[in-house]
Amino acid sequence: MKPADFEFLASFLKSTSGLVIGPDKMYLVESRLMPIVRKRNLPGLPELVNALRIGKDVALTQDVMEAMTTNESFFFRDKTPFNNLRNEVLPKLLEARKNQRQLRIWSAAASTGQEPYTVAMVLKEMAATFQGWRTDIVGTDISREVLEKARAGMYSQFEVQRGLPIQMLVKYFKQIGEMWQGDSSLRAMVTLKEANLLTSFSGLGTFDIIFCRNVLIYFEQATKKDILERMAKQMPADGILFLGAAETVIGLTDALAPLKGLRGVYTKVSAESSMAKPSALASMPIKAAASR
Amino acid sequence: MKSCLVVDDSRVIRKVARQILEDLRFETFEAVDGQEALNICRNRMPDAILLDWNMPVMNGIDFLRQRRLEKGGSSPVVVFCTTENDIKHITEAIQAGANEYIMKPFDREIIETKFLEVGLV
Ligand SMILES: C[S@@+](CC[C@H](N)C(=O)[O-])C[C@H]1O[C@@H](n2cnc3c(N)ncnc32)[C@H](O)[C@@H]1O
Repeated sequence: MKPADFEFLASFLKSTSGLVIGPDKMYLVESRLMPIVRKRNLPGLPELVNALRIGKDVALTQDVMEAMTTNESFFFRDKTPFNNLRNEVLPKLLEARKNQRQLRIWSAAASTGQEPYTVAMVLKEMAATFQGWRTDIVGTDISREVLEKARAGMYSQFEVQRGLPIQMLVKYFKQIGEMWQGDSSLRAMVTLKEANLLTSFSGLGTFDIIFCRNVLIYFEQATKKDILERMAKQMPADGILFLGAAETVIGLTDALAPLKGLRGVYTKVSAESSMAKPSALASMPIKAAASR
Repeated sequence: MKSCLVVDDSRVIRKVARQILEDLRFETFEAVDGQEALNICRNRMPDAILLDWNMPVMNGIDFLRQRRLEKGGSSPVVVFCTTENDIKHITEAIQAGANEYIMKPFDREIIETKFLEVGLV
């Protein structure tokens, strides 16, 4: 690939999906984009890059963006976050919202659906506690292809064996030929929508809990900061954010701070909470000072 | 060091499984059928068993039922590992007291996540 073409692609991806790629990833870009070249009967990559430069072909823009995403996901990924959700975060929010009886949860890079469905299973396991509650789980992703798979809720034998306890498989999935599909009640708990984190997501409403895991790692600092701060705006004062194992808010923004003792769990630092206004999560010491 | 008994009539499977389990820091030993596994458990109880279903002499499910009836029946942790991959077999295994269930073919990732699931790694 010509250096100029690679540079164009790199800046195109950074501005459309946020993805940052270095010159060491040239081979990866080629191998991911060649299928599009073939699908569209183009002579080669240079022609594809030219078409992108002209910028008239919206479908092509989407295809290239999607082709460059990494969609790997597992049920109960990293396990601990979901134990923390069940044992720490949900009990506090259940208490804090006992009058409204409503909880909204967002999986902000839902990929093929394992994350939002894991959340749905955690809630189902606590069904008695949530009797009479309204719970919304919204999963979003930039890629239409993964969203389609997420909506079908259909997984291979290999996929259901990476993190999903066997009892949960039996309880919440149906076997269809070689595949396993989340049952209709599980799928009904999750709404899947297309959304690019680079653009405004305020239309999705506010969320008590946001999962934004294993997506910020692909972005540069300024993009991460911008997304985190806009997410903080979509959360109430006691809102909770889960990040992936290799991600943090520290050094990026003061709008969010880690919850002590819960790795990868963050809460909003609002003007009120820094004035020590009692919030629902006040009993969890907030390490706000660390980011000041 | 935790120990794991690998019960499978296929020498190749036993070898592959032992390799993975040893990388996960298990001391491993093997049995070729359920009867041999029962005898081993009576002498020296492992922490875990990776258990095939279809084997000559005594199959996996009969072994498991028998094991759960014997002295100290709640141990060890039993992870089925079989080509039987339908909901009927899985349910039967759980009811007989299996702690986890692996559908073959398996790989390193799957063994690792399943043993993590039962709290052994
Ligand atoms: C590695 S997956 C993470 C899936 C899941 N959260 C997990 O941790 O297992 C990353 C996902 O982020 C999505 N993604 C990448 N850039 C995005 C953007 N700008 N807006 C929304 N989603 C994006 C990709 O399509 C991909 O499905």
